[in-house]
Amino acid sequence: MAKTHIQFTLNGQAVETLVEPRELLIHVIREQLGQTGSHIGCETSHCGVCTVDLNGASLKSCTVLAVQANGGDVTTVEGLAQSGELHAVQEAFMQEHGLQCGFCTPGMLMRSYRFLQENPNPTEEEIRVGMSGNLCRCTGYQNIIKSIQVAAQKLQAK
Amino acid sequence: MIPGNFEYHAPTSLADALALLGQYGDEAKIIAGGHSLLPMMKLRFAEPEHLIDINGISELRGIREEGGMIKIGAMTTENQLIASEILWDKCPLIPTAAKLIADPQVRNRGTIGGDIAHGDPGNDHPAIMLALGASFVLAGPDGERTVPADGFFLGTYYTQLEEGEIMTEIQVPVPPAGSGYGFSKLKRKTGDFATAAAAVQLQLNGDSCTQINIALTNVGPCSFKASDAAAHLTGKVIDDALISEAAEKAMADCDPSEDLRGNIEYKTSMAGEMVRRAIRSALSNAKGE
Repeated sequence: MAKTHIQFTLNGQAVETLVEPRELLIHVIREQLGQTGSHIGCETSHCGVCTVDLNGASLKSCTVLAVQANGGDVTTVEGLAQSGELHAVQEAFMQEHGLQCGFCTPGMLMRSYRFLQENPNPTEEEIRVGMSGNLCRCTGYQNIIKSIQVAAQKLQAK
Repeated sequence: MIPGNFEYHAPTSLADALALLGQYGDEAKIIAGGHSLLPMMKLRFAEPEHLIDINGISELRGIREEGGMIKIGAMTTENQLIASEILWDKCPLIPTAAKLIADPQVRNRGTIGGDIAHGDPGNDHPAIMLALGASFVLAGPDGERTVPADGFFLGTYYTQLEEGEIMTEIQVPVPPAGSGYGFSKLKRKTGDFATAAAAVQLQLNGDSCTQINIALTNVGPCSFKASDAAAHLTGKVIDDALISEAAEKAMADCDPSEDLRGNIEYKTSMAGEMVRRAIRSALSNAKGE
């Protein structure tokens, strides 16, 4: 099958590559572009571990074709820290123990990064709804919710 | 899991998309949000040789009110429905239900037109559209036609959408004053399809119900209107006894298939409960409670 040339912005850098149309965005980001922070979980758009930002919206990169990102602006967990400083959501997850095994964390971070821009001062209920597309099998979610509350405070203080 | 091979097309106008569809015929599939089609392609339940992506066609997105109708572009996403002031103001049944579809990330991709045109009995918009008396604009090689939601759904993955046609717009008559809506959905978890769901749109004159539509999700080969139940309530002052009788009539119309969400008896019984809840909630809504 003929490959298609695509280009997009990945964490602020212009990237280009050749892909088969059937290749999923998550596979291209990880395997071709070497950014393995985003994980592959269920591959059925349930677990949210592959969540990335495309053009200012959260999406599950296991259910988007790489060709659909052509010309777009993609942010993954590698793009959160700036100049060696962790993003507020990263700091808060570390400080509040918002993870145990860490597998779901890239998706949790990317979703909370976008969610706190959609709703900078959320209630606990709004956090639960806003994060409902991301599964964690370790924490029981309590510390994840707490992390996002703390991240919201950190972002507001900035 | 990766889909099989296909050739990808990304037209930027409806005319180009229709031309591609005409050229490739039944070898082609239209991809909207892709959250039903891509999973089916990964499992090889769908193996189109040509995939026509209509995400780049901006004329297919947007919500506007025109001549007593709300017109929604077929590629409007679930999150755009939820964010729409026009819908919350004029037709809150749609965003109320959209909030219960999938999860935030999926709602950024999933579209109202894709949800309807796919013909999956588990999708929620078909029942909403039946309850609201909506119509669908279908564009084809010979121009457009507008078909009512009532009669559009023919079976599982089977609708009146014909080969070569693309759904472009959803038209919903603005519910008049004195209207009320209710939507009740039972699901096992966020992101799951309904075990059973009911959508109700009704109109009161004083206390009397002058018009009511009741439509059901995932308890038959496709979404359907519980017409006997609606007829039982029309022209009456709805009370608890009538609600129970209507729910029994709706249950008699159910024909669910057994799966991990439950057996036939359980699903039918839950459909009855969803109907009771949706009618009660529509009544309170109409009365401004």
